[in-house]
Amino acid sequence: MSSSKMVKFIISRQDNPNSAPYQEEFEVLYKPNMNVISALMEIRRNPVNTKEQNTTPITWDMNCLEEVCGACSMVINGKPRQACTALVDQLEQPIRLEPMRTFPVVRDLQVDRSKMFDSLKKVKAWIPIDGTYDLGSGPRMPEKKRQWAYELSKCMTCGVCLEACPNVNSKSNFMGPFVFNQVRLFNAHPTGAMNKAERLNAFMEDGGLQGCGNSQNCVQSCPKGIPITTSIAAVNRDASIQAFRNFFGSDND
Amino acid sequence: MTGSREFFYRRLHSLLGVIPVGLFLIVHLTVNHFATAGEGSFNKAVGFMEHLPFLHFLEIVLIFLPLLYHAIYGLYIAFIAKNNVKQFGYFRNWMFLIQRVTGVITLIFVAWHVWETRIAYALGTPLDFHMMENILSSPFMFWFYIIGVICTIFHFSNGLWSFCVSWGLTVSPRSQVITTYVTIVIFVLLSIIGVQALVAFV
Repeated sequence: MSSSKMVKFIISRQDNPNSAPYQEEFEVLYKPNMNVISALMEIRRNPVNTKEQNTTPITWDMNCLEEVCGACSMVINGKPRQACTALVDQLEQPIRLEPMRTFPVVRDLQVDRSKMFDSLKKVKAWIPIDGTYDLGSGPRMPEKKRQWAYELSKCMTCGVCLEACPNVNSKSNFMGPFVFNQVRLFNAHPTGAMNKAERLNAFMEDGGLQGCGNSQNCVQSCPKGIPITTSIAAVNRDASIQAFRNFFGSDND
Repeated sequence: MTGSREFFYRRLHSLLGVIPVGLFLIVHLTVNHFATAGEGSFNKAVGFMEHLPFLHFLEIVLIFLPLLYHAIYGLYIAFIAKNNVKQFGYFRNWMFLIQRVTGVITLIFVAWHVWETRIAYALGTPLDFHMMENILSSPFMFWFYIIGVICTIFHFSNGLWSFCVSWGLTVSPRSQVITTYVTIVIFVLLSIIGVQALVAFV
């Protein structure tokens, strides 16, 4: 082999949402510090596979390129993660790329994560601050709590926890692990807490928190290191209390 | 509102697995353990259970109905999962898979066990030391019982761990780790009790 090192990629491709997936192999010239994205860009510049056939450039999603947007999530060597922080030097070769099939595949490595955003709408994962007049500033949040909540707020809706979860699949309606974290985040906020019961009740509907089976793959896979399973247990506790309140009645909310 | 029946079904499944089914398992294993003190001791204990007042009511409400619900809804839960331990070989993911496998084995074992003992008793076979001695005299049935009992105890012990998470009793990672150790101890102790009783019949 010549002095120039090549990096081999085996990429799972799919031409449209309904067509059958197939594999295509590529070789890219190695450059120091290259990541999966830069390799995909190299293939896009010269879309020729290892059989010397001209082919279409690979489609994938990307945006921030610094692991805060979650768009470039894909399955790299069997594990769902962001392509931007997947450094070629740290990956076993050949590097296998697949789309996260928990989501509908749009084309090649591009998936449609809109069901995650639908779930967030369902559980009211926001803080209502709008009124017909200026509502003024909300209650202050203790600094210590703000720092704690910041860790939960790191979720970028990337979809890795859904891909890792054995209970998120076509047979189940479970919304996925990330929802627990968002419900906990907004319920913990001093203004968000005013709608705590609403959020919990929405998350206790079909497809909600009861879908968790405690495999804890989510917390192991989360690229942002969010304590998802702690959020799961915490929201489970709140839901237990909420269920009793709903059934027996409460004059406290 | 699209309804929250699923929440109720799932939480009921979790609750019934511990109360009363799990508690009954402990009582059952304890009574079986009388076998280690000899035939007379076992027969006396069985006689006591046999002559409990309201026996049929207790059996139906505290055992059969909860067990049936837990088993049928549990099967649904087990088959809805798409197991992925090959890709994600973490400890809890393995426990997740084993919980479902032992659940199915337990269902087969318990169904056969109820047929062979409680239903046989209802059809006229006397319920005593000899009944179990006869069943366990076949090496196949002996090992079937050993595996069945250990799977049942595993399913109960590990189920206790996820019960604590599902109801929000153990929230912090440390509390969940401690509960893992506690449930391992429960698994080992109950397994010793269960196997000792089985061995006493042969």
